[in-house]
Amino acid sequence: MLIIGLVGAALVGPLYTWRNSDTVSVRRFGIASAVAVAGAAVSPIAMGQCGFAAEATGVDALFAYGLMAGGALLALMALQALFDRADGKVKESTAMAGEIRTGGYRMGWWVPWLLLSPTLIILLVFLYRPAVETFTLSTQLTRLGAPKSVDVCFSNFTEVLIDNPFKLVLYPLLAIGAVYGARFWTRRSLPGSASHRAAGVASVAAMLSVFVALYAMFSPGGGGQIAYRPIYINTVIISVGIVALGMIGGLAVAYLAFRDIRGGTLYRTLLIWPYAISPAVAGVLFFMIFDPTAGVFTHVMDSWFGIDVPNYREHAVLAQGAIILASAWKILGYNILFYLAGLQTVPIDQIEAAVIDGASAWQRFTKIVLPALSPITFFLLVTNLTYAFFEVYATIDFMTKGAPAGKTSVAIYEIIRVGVNNGDLGRGAAQSVLLFIAVIGVTLWQFRTSGSRVSYGGA
Amino acid sequence: MAGLAPGVQRRGMVRGRKWPFHLGLTATALIIAFPLLYAALIATQNNPEIFSFRVTPGTALRSNFEAVWVNRDFAGAMWNTVQMSFYVTAGKTVLSLLAGLAFVYFKFRGKWIVFFFVLVTLMMPTEVMILAMFRMVSGFGWQDTMTALVAPFLASATGAFLFRQHFANLPGELLEASQIDGASPIKFLTKVLIPISWNVIAALSVIQFVYTWNMFLWPSLIIRDEARQVVQVSLQTLTNIDGALTYGPLMLAAIIASIPPAIVFLLLQKRFMSGFAIGQDK
Repeated sequence: MLIIGLVGAALVGPLYTWRNSDTVSVRRFGIASAVAVAGAAVSPIAMGQCGFAAEATGVDALFAYGLMAGGALLALMALQALFDRADGKVKESTAMAGEIRTGGYRMGWWVPWLLLSPTLIILLVFLYRPAVETFTLSTQLTRLGAPKSVDVCFSNFTEVLIDNPFKLVLYPLLAIGAVYGARFWTRRSLPGSASHRAAGVASVAAMLSVFVALYAMFSPGGGGQIAYRPIYINTVIISVGIVALGMIGGLAVAYLAFRDIRGGTLYRTLLIWPYAISPAVAGVLFFMIFDPTAGVFTHVMDSWFGIDVPNYREHAVLAQGAIILASAWKILGYNILFYLAGLQTVPIDQIEAAVIDGASAWQRFTKIVLPALSPITFFLLVTNLTYAFFEVYATIDFMTKGAPAGKTSVAIYEIIRVGVNNGDLGRGAAQSVLLFIAVIGVTLWQFRTSGSRVSYGGA
Repeated sequence: MAGLAPGVQRRGMVRGRKWPFHLGLTATALIIAFPLLYAALIATQNNPEIFSFRVTPGTALRSNFEAVWVNRDFAGAMWNTVQMSFYVTAGKTVLSLLAGLAFVYFKFRGKWIVFFFVLVTLMMPTEVMILAMFRMVSGFGWQDTMTALVAPFLASATGAFLFRQHFANLPGELLEASQIDGASPIKFLTKVLIPISWNVIAALSVIQFVYTWNMFLWPSLIIRDEARQVVQVSLQTLTNIDGALTYGPLMLAAIIASIPPAIVFLLLQKRFMSGFAIGQDK
């Protein structure tokens, strides 16, 4: 079984180089083949071929092949970077923007390394090392504080997924196919045509299909599997809620506040100060507001409107809504700050021209202001998402502690609950790896999209 | 459509009636301030006053303060947090300055590898590896120490790249003039680069100070000794005083815990905004 993977890697290596390199030669094909095999061999060597062991299931073998493919691809990408440098293809303007200048210090080779060494040592010890250890832990059964551990291969991962290797391959392939299909359609259709607009709708649907595919892949529990699907749903609901509310609110307030008006600076300060508030304090403040006995929200709803609001900590929708509201309030100042800066770059002459052409205020906003803000929107999308993934932990810990019945337990909260409170390091680490993959996905999406789809018009 | 001449029309100038904007902005500012104003009211009240939903300041501010500051030693937690935030902010700034200096003003083999080594850490948030880091730092025997709170956060890709970009946009003559004077790189950094970089330094410092001050998850894991805890986590002990939930002290503590980052933010707001405009330049 292992041989199939290695032979596959040996064949894919030259193919990858042939597709991506400017100059191709038999020597390069040979190197690529060897590098791909080496990359693919890393994970079976590190894990002792456990995915192909006699008692392993189809899903285990799937993981083993997936890791081999990932290792081969990473090795090939690194090799391609070397080839590109040899071809002189690396664009100095992108990666190394502006830092290579005429002159520069001509001192011993060790001087820049000395200057960089504190940064590199800290990054190596406190980021790279724990990252590698997270992957190691995720394949083990380890208790917190216990010296011994047992290798469990991929079972920490397979138990949060559905137990069906066929579907586990099919669903992501369908989602990827939908995304690429929509992209192909968008490129082929003429801008402005009905077909192009339909392709735009299809692109959104394709993006949504990625979420649906993930939903279908996570196990709903039962049959010895861990119910990770509810955690996934909570994370999606709460993250999307925070990002949507925080960004739409931030843009609306900034659009109101960016005008030249007497006292503008004071207004701006009064709008952005929650930036300095911590997620923990945000949790405390909204804990007070929504408190079922002493909070003003319940009291006002009851005495003014006669609505008997249930205890939010026992009601899933209310609990999630309270978390979203508290987090969106906290991040609002940050978003206003950036949108205020972004609104300074909106081309004023275009707005004046649109006024003369008789465009309505709404048309001016959607046709001129929004496109000009797209780089900021895109940047905020990523930072807000990061906030919603991680910083929300403190807010949840103060407001609901995951209640009711785990309905406000998002991915990061579950990692701490499993890994620290239950002391189950291996399972917690496996969930960390899932979150890690999500973060890498968002970041790569950011790198790919910024520059291509985002408008950098104006100055 | 009078007054469209360039130079006369200021950006986003409001034409016509202005009071709707004043009204809208005042209302928005009040809505945003509401959670804090409400907490300030509660901070002055004792539990009976809170349950009667009085909207006037209560009589318990002093006793609430004593419960927080004296009985629970919130002052100690504040001091721990001041130290942690100061060390992290100062350390990160210095390390980022040194890294920016090396990236921009030196040519050396393997620079692009170092560049990618640092760049990749942008997609490695501490939170996704927090379990492994908790185990590793505990293994160092650093539990309940300031080192555990500070050391992991001393380096940052964001800071290094911010200074790299800022230095790269400065005129190259600065270096030439300094080299003619025979100044060392460190002298060039302290005498030339830092004095003209205060806006960027201030922007980075505000971001780092607020970020560090507001840290919750890592201190809650690695610090178990209440006397060494930071304020954000110490707030949790105030949800329970003498077996009952007392709202007043909790709200007061939340406000006190927010004062230092708010002051730093307000004091450096102007520099922050202008340093930020530089950082945003492509």
